[in-house]
Order: sequence, then C-alpha cells, then structure tokens
Amino acid sequence: MTALRVDGLFKVFGRHPDQAVDRLRAGASADDIRASGATPAVIDVSLAVEPGEIFVVMGLSGSGKSTLIRTLNGLLEPTAGTVHVGDDEITALSGKRLREVRQRRISMVFQHFALLPHRSVVENAAYALEVRGVDRRTRLAAANEALALVGLEGQADKRPDQLSGGMQQRVGLARALASEADVLLMDEAFSALDPLIRREMQDQLLELQARLGKTIVFITHDLNEAMRLGDRIAIMRDGRLVRLGTPESILANPGDEYVERFLADVDRSRVFSAGDVMVPTSTVSVDVTPETALAALRERGASALTVVDGEGHLVGVVTGADLLSSSGDVAAAVRPPAARVTPSTSLADLLAPAGASEAPVVVVDESGRPCGLVDSRAVLAALAGSASDGRPPAGSVGDRADQLEGSRG
Amino acid sequence: MAEPTTILAVDEGPLPRVPVGEWVDTAIDWLKDNFDPFFDAVKTGTETSVEGVTDGLLALPPLLFAAILAALALVVRSAVFAVGSLLGLLLIQSMELWEPAMQTLALVLVATLVAIVIAIPVGIAAAKSSRVSAVVRPVLDLMQTMPAFVYLIPAVTFFSIGLVPGVITTIIFALPPGVRLTELGIRQVDRETVEAGHAFGSSPWQILRGIELPLARPTIMAGVNQVIMLALSMAVIAGLIGAPGLGQVVVTSISRLNIGLGFEAGLSVVILAIFLDRLTSSFGERRREGGLRSRLVRRRTAPAAGTPVVAAEDTVPASRPTAGAGI
Repeated sequence: MTALRVDGLFKVFGRHPDQAVDRLRAGASADDIRASGATPAVIDVSLAVEPGEIFVVMGLSGSGKSTLIRTLNGLLEPTAGTVHVGDDEITALSGKRLREVRQRRISMVFQHFALLPHRSVVENAAYALEVRGVDRRTRLAAANEALALVGLEGQADKRPDQLSGGMQQRVGLARALASEADVLLMDEAFSALDPLIRREMQDQLLELQARLGKTIVFITHDLNEAMRLGDRIAIMRDGRLVRLGTPESILANPGDEYVERFLADVDRSRVFSAGDVMVPTSTVSVDVTPETALAALRERGASALTVVDGEGHLVGVVTGADLLSSSGDVAAAVRPPAARVTPSTSLADLLAPAGASEAPVVVVDESGRPCGLVDSRAVLAALAGSASDGRPPAGSVGDRADQLEGSRG
Repeated sequence: MAEPTTILAVDEGPLPRVPVGEWVDTAIDWLKDNFDPFFDAVKTGTETSVEGVTDGLLALPPLLFAAILAALALVVRSAVFAVGSLLGLLLIQSMELWEPAMQTLALVLVATLVAIVIAIPVGIAAAKSSRVSAVVRPVLDLMQTMPAFVYLIPAVTFFSIGLVPGVITTIIFALPPGVRLTELGIRQVDRETVEAGHAFGSSPWQILRGIELPLARPTIMAGVNQVIMLALSMAVIAGLIGAPGLGQVVVTSISRLNIGLGFEAGLSVVILAIFLDRLTSSFGERRREGGLRSRLVRRRTAPAAGTPVVAAEDTVPASRPTAGAGI
C-alpha cells in the first residue's frame, strides 16, 4: 500500500487549461503551451511515495515543485490526473470531506513558517487539533508533547516572534506533528533558515523520522539537502519529472545533462558512505604464514588483507609489500588500519584518516567483523564522481549484502 | 428631447440632454411615497438611540465624566495622553460647550457604530470576491467625493431637518474608509498563513475568524479610526440641517458673525477629534507587552476564577479579546 500516489498529474494555469493538457498529451512542449497564453506548472507527473520514506522533490524555482506539493493536499486542484492519500482520492473530494482528510491524514510545514503571530507557541502547535474540534485540555497536552519532541520545552507560552527562525520552524514542525497525520508535506521548510540552523534542522528531522516513521514529502531547491534527507529524490524540470531514484543512484548515474549540472555542486562526501566505496576484503588469521597470505591476496586481486585473531576480532591490515618484506610470520607484518568505521560512515569522516595513513581504512559490520577496505584512491575516485576499478561507487543495499557474502565465502 | 430643466442650461449642445437630475427627483419621490413607514422607523430608531446616548453621556456630572475619560486614556495609552485629555475636556466645560460637545459625541458614536457594522462585512465580502470589490469601489468613490451638501438635501426630504438626516449623512460620509481598509487588511494577510489554515483543514469561517480578522486587525482598526474622524467632521456640517451639537453652535456663530464663539466651538471639535483619534489608534496598535490594558482585557475575558492566565486567551468565540475589541 503506497502512502501517497500521484497519477498522470497536470496543472496548467491561465486560459483554456484543459485544451493545454490535451495538447501536452499529444506531445506539445511547455514552450508551445506558454506561447498560447497558458502556463503549464506540472506536466504528466506520476509517482508513488511509500510509507515511512522521505521523498524529496527537488527543482529550481519555476520547476513546478511547489505547485505539485499543493495538489497533494488539495490546496490546488489539478487540471488532470489523480492524487491518492492512502485510500482517499484527494482529487475527488471537496468541502467537508477534503477538510477531514487534511485534519487527520496529511499535514504541512511551510517555508516561512506561517505561524499565527497573535497566539502563543503552544496554541500554534495545537492549531490542527483545535480545527478538528479537540477539547482544549487534550489538544494543549498533545501540543506540549509535540513541542517536547522538537526540543521546545519551556517555550510554550512565548509568542512566535520571540523565537529565532529555527525555533519558529520547529513550532511549525510541532504543529504538523501534533495533528498525528501520517503524511507530512514540507514545502522548502528549511530554505528560509541560515546554513548552520538548516543543518541542525535536517539532523533533527532525520532523528525524528527514525523515531516516528512518518511519510514525508520534502520540497527543496538545494540538492545537498535533498541528498542528505531523501530516501528517494525526484528531480523536476520545467514541470516534468526528469529523474527519480535514490541519492546514490542519481549521483552515480545522473541520466541527463541537466541533472549532471546540478550534481556539480553536490557535496559528494556527505552522500557516499564507506559502504558505497569499500572493496570487499579477504580476511586471514594472524597465525598463517606470509606465503598463504600472499596467495590469498593474489587470488583476490586486492592490494591488502585484513587480519583477525582466533576469535575473529580485527588485528590490523597487511599489504602485499609488507608481506614480501616481512621476515617472520604475518603477525610481524601487520599494521594498524588507518581507521575502523562502519559502512554508514560518510566519506567526509573518512577523509582525514584515509589521508593520514598509507594503510587502508577497515570497514567493520555491527559484530565488529571486517567486511571491506577503503583506500584513499577509492575515496578520491568517489569524490571525483568516477568509479575506481570500474566498479560503480553506488550500489543498492542488496548489492552490498551480496558482496559481503562473497567476501566471507 | 426634454426641455431644459435648469436655468444653467443656456444652450443645447450637440448631445441630447440626459435628464439625470429628473431621474433622481423621480426616484426620491417614489421612495418617499412608497417607503414612508420605513423612513419613519429609521427616524424613530435613530432619534431614540442618539438621544439615549446623549442622555447617558450627560447623566454623570461633567467633571466626573471627564475624569473617567482621562482614566480610560491612561489605561489605553499613557499618562501624558491622560493629562492632555483631562485639560482639553475641562477647557470644553469651562467654555460652556459641554452639552453640545456630548451631543456631537453621541451622534458620532451612533453613526460610527452603524457605519462599522455595515463597513466590515462589506469589506470582507469585497476582499473575498473581486466581483464584489469591483461593484463596491465606485459606490464608495461616489459616497466619498459627492459633495456632502448634495446628499444633505435628500436626507432632509426624507427625514425633515434635525438630528436624523445629520446621522444618516454622517454614516454615508464616514463609511467608505471602513470598507476600504477592511478589504485592504484582509487582502494583505500573509498568503502562506491562510494556506496553513486550509492545509490543516480549517473551514472558511475558521480561517476568517481565527486567521484573517486577527491578522488584519491593525488595518481594520485604522479604518475604524478613519470612520470616527470623518464622522466627527461630518457631524459638524450636519449642524447646517439642524443636527444638535457643536455644529449648530458653529452655524449660529457664522450667522451672527461671532468669531469668538465660532473659534471656541471649533476648538472643542479639535479636542474631541484628538481624543478619539489617539484613543482608537491605540486599539489598533495593541501589542502583547502592552501593559495595563492588555492585562485588563485578559482578566476581563478570563472564563472563571482559578483558570491560569494563558487560558484567558482561549478561543471561545465570544470571549476572544482580539475579536471583542476589533469589532
């Protein structure tokens, strides 16, 4: 069951919108339509948002993303196409039924916060419940809970204009959370905040999402933000959806020039993690002979091996050169890894250790077993946007699991 | 072709004469013939209410009443304003113009109340619908720019001279800024905030009452302030057709060429005007830290003893301080 489904959605402003849709369906370009006096804002968009995911819609201003999000809760009526929230077809509802869906199923956070300046913070947070007719005591309790969730305990009686921008947007977030809707629309929610606060809010959103598991549709024009937050990203251009995929797959395979130009500015070190760039490693026990280890190295075609003790705990790494120059056993040749990280560690956090040591960085799984190696070459290749040794830097979780299996076998 | 109906029509121009004046005369006659009971009712209602308010204003000893108004000034604004008001009001009393001043005040209060009761709903309708706005705007232009004396005359035909035509013309003259500023205020409310109301499933009425009116309040209050000021200026002109009050004193002084009396009456008008202006503009500016007054309002609207102070800002429709003071 998808949380939110959009099918063949068109939104055309201006004269004769229906004719414009027919012409667009017949293959007319957006420019043709504009020449005839209508403005196509959303053109033939279909997408499905799964429960519990953060779905980012990203595009420049004028790409139709704000129009799209406003059709999701019926603030704008599409010219053609349908929107479903769960089982409810938003586009078929009106009046009281539509208001009910908005009160219970789908809430929204706004770019400029859209708080009521004449009400206290807690009353703002309780707004959705008030509209629904929840009694005062219950709704204030729920609002206070939501405020605590976003870290605004003790601010309940202040007025919005006594708070900083970031705190005001937290009130906006609390207002949306207090409604207990499972779908959350966030319209450029962090764009009006300064960069430091924006980072903080992004972290907080991810943390909240880990706990609450809402379905979030997040609109942004900032690709870094999209990459940080999104489980999946839809890129819009000129009203059309031009690319849809996970952040890693979009980075690895932009698809067209337009997307590629966007990606130029992306901070890749925060998108890719150690798991994306690691090479599966072979592991040898610390008590084997250097010859055995060298054989394993050759078989694998790798430049280094991880070395474990009798209980499978990591001892260190050895390179081919170490083994050749070593006089005694493997234990004498082993050196400490540059760092031990988990597969989810971002490349940004790998840069310093990978650069500081000639030894590779070891990636370990939850049980502390080594599962991969990252050398500085792989890090640089991923940052440059090209794959090292022909392997695409991005892989789905499934791919990675396969590689893990392979490395153990 | 109609005959020339006025002595000014010396020459027949190239265009046919459109007998606007005759139409108006006919319409007025028709109204007078067919709606006489209605005009009688309006007349009685207006007389009763204005005279009632006048009696109320004159019921207290003038000194005590002046002191009460000064206290109100203190609560709403500042000590300076209170002292100034007190001195001004005492000056009116010492010039022996207190009674006409209170008659004028009563006329202004009643006319303002009626004007606001009409203006705010019309302003809201105009803000919501461009079509209503397009119809209302020329009507307002007409009300504001048509020379006041022109509608003093039909008012007299309907209600004969005296208080009532004075009130009616005052309402007509004072109403437009109330409508215009209400429309402006509602149209200026932040779009995203209204959108938030929709996004959380508010009904149009909840959005109007909970978002648009509170946010438009300063502008609407500026409109109310303008209504009062225009009502005051018209109330004086209404003295020409026999409306009691300072206007009549002014008319008397003109006919007697009594410069001193005329100045005294004029000065009284100015004092009333400044008092009312500062008082009402303070309502529009009311802010949360706004000291004594807002604390008083909160206490007054607190539903029951023992309820915490935040609860005073409850959203029970009738007791909202914003809604209560705004309209």
